[in-house]
Amino acid sequence: MTASAIAAAPRPGFLARRHRSYYLFVAPALVVVGAVIIFPWLFTVWMSAFDWKIGSVAHFVGLDNYSGLAKNQRFLEAILHTFYFTALAVVVPLFLGLVAALIFHREFPFRGVLRGIFTMPMMATPVAVALVWTMMFHPQQGVLNYLLSLFGLPPSLWVYSPTWVIPSLVLVEIWHWTPLVMLIVLGGLAALPTEPYESARLDGATEWQLFRYITLPLIAPFLIVAAVIRTIDALKAFDTIYVISQGGPGTASETINIYLYLQAFAFYNVGNASAVVVVFFVVILALALLLLYVRQRAQWTG
Amino acid sequence: MTTAALPSAPLAGRARIRRRMRKAAFALSVLVIVSPAILVFFWMLSLSLKNEIDNLTYPPVFIPDPPTLRNFVQVFAENSMGLYFWNSLVVSGLATLIALVIGIPAGYGIARAQAHKLTVLILIARMTPALSYLIPLFMVFQFLGLNNTLTALVITHLVITVPIVVYIMAGHFETLPKELEEAALIDGGSVWTSFRYVALPLARPGIVVGTILAFIFSWNNFVFGAVLAGRATRTLPAAVYNVLTFEQLAWGPLAAAALVVTVPVLLLTIVIQKEIVVGLTHGGVKA
Repeated sequence: MTASAIAAAPRPGFLARRHRSYYLFVAPALVVVGAVIIFPWLFTVWMSAFDWKIGSVAHFVGLDNYSGLAKNQRFLEAILHTFYFTALAVVVPLFLGLVAALIFHREFPFRGVLRGIFTMPMMATPVAVALVWTMMFHPQQGVLNYLLSLFGLPPSLWVYSPTWVIPSLVLVEIWHWTPLVMLIVLGGLAALPTEPYESARLDGATEWQLFRYITLPLIAPFLIVAAVIRTIDALKAFDTIYVISQGGPGTASETINIYLYLQAFAFYNVGNASAVVVVFFVVILALALLLLYVRQRAQWTG
Repeated sequence: MTTAALPSAPLAGRARIRRRMRKAAFALSVLVIVSPAILVFFWMLSLSLKNEIDNLTYPPVFIPDPPTLRNFVQVFAENSMGLYFWNSLVVSGLATLIALVIGIPAGYGIARAQAHKLTVLILIARMTPALSYLIPLFMVFQFLGLNNTLTALVITHLVITVPIVVYIMAGHFETLPKELEEAALIDGGSVWTSFRYVALPLARPGIVVGTILAFIFSWNNFVFGAVLAGRATRTLPAAVYNVLTFEQLAWGPLAAAALVVTVPVLLLTIVIQKEIVVGLTHGGVKA
């Protein structure tokens, strides 16, 4: 009663003063965000309108960098590689993460410790992990081909084969990020109500039916959250690809991020690289919005 | 269990076998999903504790015999891992500290003023690839003569730490009850007093998560150090990549260095295991 009375009472001066002081709290952060985040965005858009090589004079070229990209075979292939990599690096961890979450949702001995071990890859330094994988991928002395031979499988060239390089890199990505999907889904499973299961069991539903018609629809929002996070992270993947394959062999694993890095810091072509950043930014934003839209839809219908 | 009674009833016996098989299958599936993590970390440890001959034999030697610490000694003595470790501590430590000083009040302001547009801005900042900030910042640092300095690295790492801290703190302050702060305000306290003496002490768990996540993401960053740092100012991930893969290629020291980079992070992870998922999913998407 008293709370609503206070809220209803018109005290504009008091409220306005309060709001103004709240913005004072935000001001220092706004200055920093403006300097290290907003300013780089704007500067990037500006640079993308120039033929600009580090160390030489910049020429204004308008939208030429963009039209150049549209005709650039290497860049278009980089987009395809990125999408191929992202599709695999979203779908597989999503499936494995769901399976792992269903396993860890059950009670069993040493569950806490094993879950801790399972989630360790998620936080490990990507470069460190990538270096270990590089050694594991080695076709002659690598441990992976040895493990394959134990199962009677032929050795693979892994990241040294143009066909297998992207799936091999995705393997590292799966290893690294399936735990995050698992943890998100596990959160969803923990919040499940028990009543629908009890009544469905009374009606004689099988375990699969329980999963398919009760569990899956209820944890769908969590899977979509995981899919959004995974999509953004997979599009952004750089460290592991750069350390393990540098985009090679040839340009077989060159994603947008790798292309961008090489343009800027190997060829010092900052104008062109800035145009790539702008295109990349638009792609990421569009995909994120699309996935959020799907998530909203899923919540309304669900 | 009444095992003695069961053999006489064949149906119960079969059920028991089936239950055991199901249990075994479940144990096997646990083993299968945990083994990749164990394999990679075990292999990292194994490589770092073996001499170079054992590291390059085929079939591979799994258990170091005898284990040697020579690789660790070498990376610290010859590859100045100590210096790079210190660089990483300074860069990630300062970037996290600055992010806390400006990010905690900002998170509070955003939560209390309901400034959701700012949250969206932070969200977009977190979605943008770190690499895309690098080109403009590189140009500016070159202009200012700051390339190859730790200052440039600290400033750049703010790109990582500030959005995380602001996002986690805004989310955390929103979950705190407003009534206590309002009471403080009505009693004549300033907004600052109610922040400092009411909200801040309650926000401690959020601050811990924000600090550790910001530090880990900054520590793990590779590309800023790889591009902006000079020989003496490299952070650990950049140093491990540059020094150990370009200037020499030996598996033992490489694995030892990789272990030195990632062990601090794994230790921190154990400290906040439960809170990490909240922090990560919260910061990832919550529109």
